[in-house]
Amino acid sequence: MSGSMLRIENLTKTFPVRSAFGRISGEVTAVDNVSFDIEKGRVYGLAGESGSGKSTIARMIMGLTRPTAGKIFLDGLNITDTGSGRARRGKVQMVFQNPGSSLNARRTIGQSIAVPLDAHGHPRRDRARRIDELLEMVQLPAEFAERYPHELSGGQKQRVAIARALAIPPKLLVLDEPTSALDVSVQARVVDLLVDLGRRLDLTFLFISHDLSLMRNFAQSVGVLYLGKIVETGETAEVFENPQHDYTKLLLASVPVVSAEEEAMRPALPIVDGDILTSGSLLAGSKTGVERMEK
Amino acid sequence: MSEALLSVRDLCVDFTTYGRPLSVLKNVSLDVAARSQAALVGETGSGKTVTTKAIMGILRQPPATITAGRILYDGRDLLTMSKKERLALRGTAMAMVFQDPVRSLNPVFSIGDQMRTILKYADRRLGRHRTRTQRMDRVLEVLGQVRMREPERVARSYPVMLSGGMCQRVLIAMALLSEPKLLIADEPGTALDVTTQAQILRLLNKLVEEQDLALLMITHNLGVVRETSNYVYVMHNGKVVEHGRTDEIFAAPKEEYTGRLIAAVPRMTGGMSFGTREAAR
Amino acid sequence: MTDATTVSQPRRLSNADQNWYRFTRNPTALIGAGIVILCILAATFAPFITPYPDHVGAVVDFRSRHLPPSADYWFGTDNVGRDIFSRTIFGMRISLLLAVVVLGIAVPVGTILGLVAGYFGGWVDIIIMRITDIALAIPALVMALAVAAVLSPDLINAMLAIAGLWWTWHARLIYAITRQLRSQEFVEAAETLGAGKMHILFREILPNCVSALAVKTSLDCGFVIIVGASLSFLGLGIQPPTPDLGTMVASGSDFLPDYWWESVLPGCAILFVALGFILLGDGLRDLFDVEEVR
Repeated sequence: MSGSMLRIENLTKTFPVRSAFGRISGEVTAVDNVSFDIEKGRVYGLAGESGSGKSTIARMIMGLTRPTAGKIFLDGLNITDTGSGRARRGKVQMVFQNPGSSLNARRTIGQSIAVPLDAHGHPRRDRARRIDELLEMVQLPAEFAERYPHELSGGQKQRVAIARALAIPPKLLVLDEPTSALDVSVQARVVDLLVDLGRRLDLTFLFISHDLSLMRNFAQSVGVLYLGKIVETGETAEVFENPQHDYTKLLLASVPVVSAEEEAMRPALPIVDGDILTSGSLLAGSKTGVERMEK
Repeated sequence: MSEALLSVRDLCVDFTTYGRPLSVLKNVSLDVAARSQAALVGETGSGKTVTTKAIMGILRQPPATITAGRILYDGRDLLTMSKKERLALRGTAMAMVFQDPVRSLNPVFSIGDQMRTILKYADRRLGRHRTRTQRMDRVLEVLGQVRMREPERVARSYPVMLSGGMCQRVLIAMALLSEPKLLIADEPGTALDVTTQAQILRLLNKLVEEQDLALLMITHNLGVVRETSNYVYVMHNGKVVEHGRTDEIFAAPKEEYTGRLIAAVPRMTGGMSFGTREAAR
Repeated sequence: MTDATTVSQPRRLSNADQNWYRFTRNPTALIGAGIVILCILAATFAPFITPYPDHVGAVVDFRSRHLPPSADYWFGTDNVGRDIFSRTIFGMRISLLLAVVVLGIAVPVGTILGLVAGYFGGWVDIIIMRITDIALAIPALVMALAVAAVLSPDLINAMLAIAGLWWTWHARLIYAITRQLRSQEFVEAAETLGAGKMHILFREILPNCVSALAVKTSLDCGFVIIVGASLSFLGLGIQPPTPDLGTMVASGSDFLPDYWWESVLPGCAILFVALGFILLGDGLRDLFDVEEVR
């Protein structure tokens, strides 16, 4: 397998800032000239904190938000200006961050999984069989189809969300912090499942997360997003072992780790004028986020 | 461990939901010595939050019932003392830092106002007297202790004007107002970004040193446990399944559960392979 | 570590069982539901349970006029000798019918407009919600008076007048909830999965409005009955001799205070029915934990 599954070119999104009377008084740039390319069958990680623009990128790929500028190519097809409908059908799906709120509390698991089947004209008489099949694929018992989300654990709900995203098999699966709401042991099993499914269904993944330790082990290449820009990109091992940008260093040094080996490879906290750099202080001229660290 | 500042002995708690009792804590015991850093780690539903609430006396009863056990603070049983005595301890001798910094602050009062009010009530409970200016001085002092650059400006600010990390530091400052001996931190920084969380953890570690505090860190994050504690209690299904020195437990966990929990954490050094063997074939 | 493929806890109570459990422990809801069921049964089987079903019409029996409450006439008799108890039970029929018809029109209309305005936003939102605001500014009673004055004072006109304004409350409620739900992940998830607008409106959002609607509708039944009774009291609703609670209070008030039962007891019946619905609504609100309805 080779070739590009998702190519993002100079993607930019600005949001207008409105004054009290609804007049546009300025704009904020949430995503600033972002480009990256995901090869077929690979896992690309997009790392960043809140406000980095990572969710906005996901929303633009899914057609939930229109980009201000730039292009999005999915499997060679320009999908920049198409809505969430046809052009994306059967090609790209998304697993949302919070399995609690991405499933409708008033509908059964089966009804939720049936949504994409019905929307894509899956034959009705085959629906129940397909739902069973999908539940089995994510290792859940078939009787879960009759249950409501509140009867399931967080990990089980996220499995349902994965099953629903795969109902009409996509080529690219966008994962927006898919395990951040889960316990670590449950997280490992959900990622196991995703990797298995990726192999079985020839999926390409865009993995968006702030969890760097998970990203280190799941993504083959990464882009580090900071304030809407990709400040560093490369093979995951390379970026993690030899970070170049101050922000990447700060990010890597901040992760609480569980072993001495990890501590040893941690970059030193970037220090400027005796102050530890924090994410806010990387902004030119801003002193607001600097942490005072006297001895 | 030497003489414990906080000592929980065989605590049992039941929850009654829809008429059916369910045992959520089974003989939980833990000790936090003065000037020590302990952690209580567990996954969702392990009982760590119920334990914390029982210690702080904010467990809603019903639906919860404490069926057995003692919670000793400085040798005195919190569960048998009078409401008034208990209230005098809460927020003064032992203070808690909550998880969600932004929602834990009242948006319509300035930081200084909120902190002065807390101090006023704490003083009243303890029968201490302080003038308005003395109170304000104390507020500015603790804001300095949590490393706020300009305490006066922060005191005048409203919560919306501060970042999440600053709100978290304000919450820590609030907990420090009455010079507690024990600080209970419930997943501090979890709602924040990783770089901000790291700052908060560094701050807590420093405060423990500077102010002779004992810290009980409640968390689900094993990395946080390793960086903020030297003694750890591992909870699972309402029981403490293992406890011991943090470095020893991380080096060689005795319980199978603890081992699996530590193994499930992805390492920054990489090398964790996901997926099952059958699928790889 | 719990195995994701097995159910980690004993099977939890189903939604319905949980609600039933809480319902049976909620005195407000229970009393309200009891009153409502009692009233509906009484009104439905009025001809069989009332002692003098024929007193509904223009019966005149001057020998037994203005009799105080007794074993024969539980609520006494009126100025032409008819049994007030029988007429009160029959009067409830009209009150309940009014509530059913008014809300039968107002709830679907308000719900659909609220959903559409809340979900689509933009011009649709502006147009629908400004019309709603204007309609909200007109008091229902004044509107009904105007309609009755222009057309003729009868039951149908009264119902139409009330229904014509009542939908606005439901539109506002559903609009507020929809606005809130529209940006929730499950709605966005449905969009990315290719679901149509109809599906999202009626299968994703509407089910999440049901508890709020149930509370609101129950409370409104009480208020509609009160408004309906007020209209008939003013002589704009149901015309005699059909028994109606409001009309009975009005005609009985001529004989106050000597023959107090002729207006006070039908008045109590209005209070009873309306209170039942309002208690039920309040109880349901506690049960569903709905904050939106006030």
